[in-house]
Amino acid sequence: MSEKITLSHGSGGRQAQALIRDHFAARFGMTGPMTDSALLAVPSALIAFTTDSYVIDPLFFPGGNIGKLAVCGTVNDLAVSGAVPKYLSAAFIIEEGFEIDQLAVIVSSMADEAESAGVKVVTGDTKVVEKGKCDRIFINTAGVGVLSEELMHVSSGSSVREGDRLIINGPPGDHAVTILAARSKLSFDKPMTSDCASLNHLIRRVVERPAAVHFMRDLTRGGLAAVLNELAGMTMCGIAVDESSVPVHEAVRGLCEILGFDPLSLASEGRVLIVADADEAEAIVERMHSDHQGRGAAIIGGIIAGREGRVILNSSAGGNRFLEMPSGQLLPRIC
Amino acid sequence: MRYVDEFRNRRHIAMLAGMIVKEATRDYTFMEVCGGHTASIHRFGIPSLLPPQVRLISGPGCPVCVTAARYIDTLTALAFSEGMTVTLFGDLMRVPGTVMTLGEARAEGADVRLVLSAHEALQLARENPGRKVVFSAIGFETTAPGTAVTVMQAESEGIDNFFVLNAHKVMPPAMEVILREGVHIDGFICPGHVAVITGSSAFDFIPRKYGLACVVTGFEPTDILTAVLMLIRQVNSRSPSVEIQYRRAVSVAGNIKAQVYMNEVFESADVEWRGLGVISLSGLKLRGTYRRFDASAFPVDLPEAVAANGCICGDILRGVSRPPDCALFASHCTPDHPEGACMVSDEGSCNTWYKYHSHE
Repeated sequence: MSEKITLSHGSGGRQAQALIRDHFAARFGMTGPMTDSALLAVPSALIAFTTDSYVIDPLFFPGGNIGKLAVCGTVNDLAVSGAVPKYLSAAFIIEEGFEIDQLAVIVSSMADEAESAGVKVVTGDTKVVEKGKCDRIFINTAGVGVLSEELMHVSSGSSVREGDRLIINGPPGDHAVTILAARSKLSFDKPMTSDCASLNHLIRRVVERPAAVHFMRDLTRGGLAAVLNELAGMTMCGIAVDESSVPVHEAVRGLCEILGFDPLSLASEGRVLIVADADEAEAIVERMHSDHQGRGAAIIGGIIAGREGRVILNSSAGGNRFLEMPSGQLLPRIC
Repeated sequence: MRYVDEFRNRRHIAMLAGMIVKEATRDYTFMEVCGGHTASIHRFGIPSLLPPQVRLISGPGCPVCVTAARYIDTLTALAFSEGMTVTLFGDLMRVPGTVMTLGEARAEGADVRLVLSAHEALQLARENPGRKVVFSAIGFETTAPGTAVTVMQAESEGIDNFFVLNAHKVMPPAMEVILREGVHIDGFICPGHVAVITGSSAFDFIPRKYGLACVVTGFEPTDILTAVLMLIRQVNSRSPSVEIQYRRAVSVAGNIKAQVYMNEVFESADVEWRGLGVISLSGLKLRGTYRRFDASAFPVDLPEAVAANGCICGDILRGVSRPPDCALFASHCTPDHPEGACMVSDEGSCNTWYKYHSHE
């Protein structure tokens, strides 16, 4: 039987030290002395700083696990703000009895993902709670990225204007459908894989000409429908989306048909919406196509005159309707 | 995707819309009674494809919307009872009862669990012999056979901790009440899924007694537009009848096996519909030996009924008013804070209007 997490792993004593040394510090390449804070050099006057907690169920799913997700999610929040992600913290809340082998797999995925994204995990924390007081493992990551002045505008959408084009990097909803399928033991002809991925390398290509990119946001909870409505609300612009130009995987469409979901409201963990200058949108899409995470990039609509603050969907049937902000709890614990 | 894309073909949709414009020579009002149709019509933007003289109005076909507040109160009381587990479909969670929703009851510690089928509830009963598991049986002819089969299964296994709080209803009597109350329509878009079970013959009385057009249709945009065109043609030629557009699923006689199961377990009864009152022989109740599964036999204390708050769900369900006619609509009543049941379900008229038209 594999070794399990006990309350003493969270006590600060010898077991805790061993866990940190063997499983966290070793894997994250922390070689220096164990200090209370990481001391870091940041080569910029401007930083982006973000945090997110991960409580996904199941912990392991096709295409990733809670650890990979905890790195990708925070890296992406920094990247879509226009920042270059540099440093992460990782804090773990672990239920007594959790298998250390599983923890090792999760930490390993975090280390691998951090390495490929080019970020360093520089500080962390571990707490252990009694059995039944949390569900196996929860992870919090915070991240710091450096930001250049010329990309300050992309998180607020302040330079979004009529005529701009909407771009996404691939079909939305794969993450939500993969989680739903794993939870309810559904199977598909072609197995579904979560889109969970770090997008910072892709986004570096997108922002080659910073002035051409007017807004970016990752399509997590609430999906494309939520992000577009937030953008419309923030900028009071009208937005039109052409439903038939949004790429959606067959399995996602099929499941949505059966369960009455809208693929545009489903969460992804490796998809981003970009609003770009009309004259440069095609060139951006082309650059995205040469990155693995942007192979499915497509223009799906634009900013229009009138309809201030609203999102209009030109439905694939040819009729028009408002695309509303999703409401209620579609799927709890999806990230 | 097969069985979907061919029914959403943009060229066919445009062609059908063109034919409707050409043949719609007067004003027409058609009522769709199925909540699934209401949802499809707005999701695909069908009203924007129809000429202004063709009006579609929604009827009482969302099972959540027509569930009486009393029913929610009873479920809530059962869920708070010692040793009881209440199982339900997700939509019911947010329907306002007199005091609270079942979601609020769960947050306060009542044992309320979501299931996707009656069978799942029965499985829960098998796994928890120490608890009484109550299944909230709502829905029309589409879900009643599933409940019937599950009750028969429980009977044959001799399970004594599975119960049904039954609110199953049948559609044709409600359609007749709407006509008798004098709603002015030219015809019905008849419910496709109900007709899979009942057969299209369940609607034969409508052209015969009331001289109105009827088309049973599917849920894709070409289905609905074809049905509208067929209805217009019936009206124009003054030859009302029941036609089946949804031939890939519906027959005249329906699913005989499902009908046999329903008749084995249920008998007709007068039941209350939210907004419509008690309708004669419009519900199903457990019959004979199956009555031992009836959860309404448990004694519960129910809160006193409170006066209406201005919500006009009843008029909306009868097709007399449209959601924006309600003073509460989109101000006091929204999908996040529903006052009436029509705002709760994805198939409810108010919810659909709010989602797709609220700020027009």
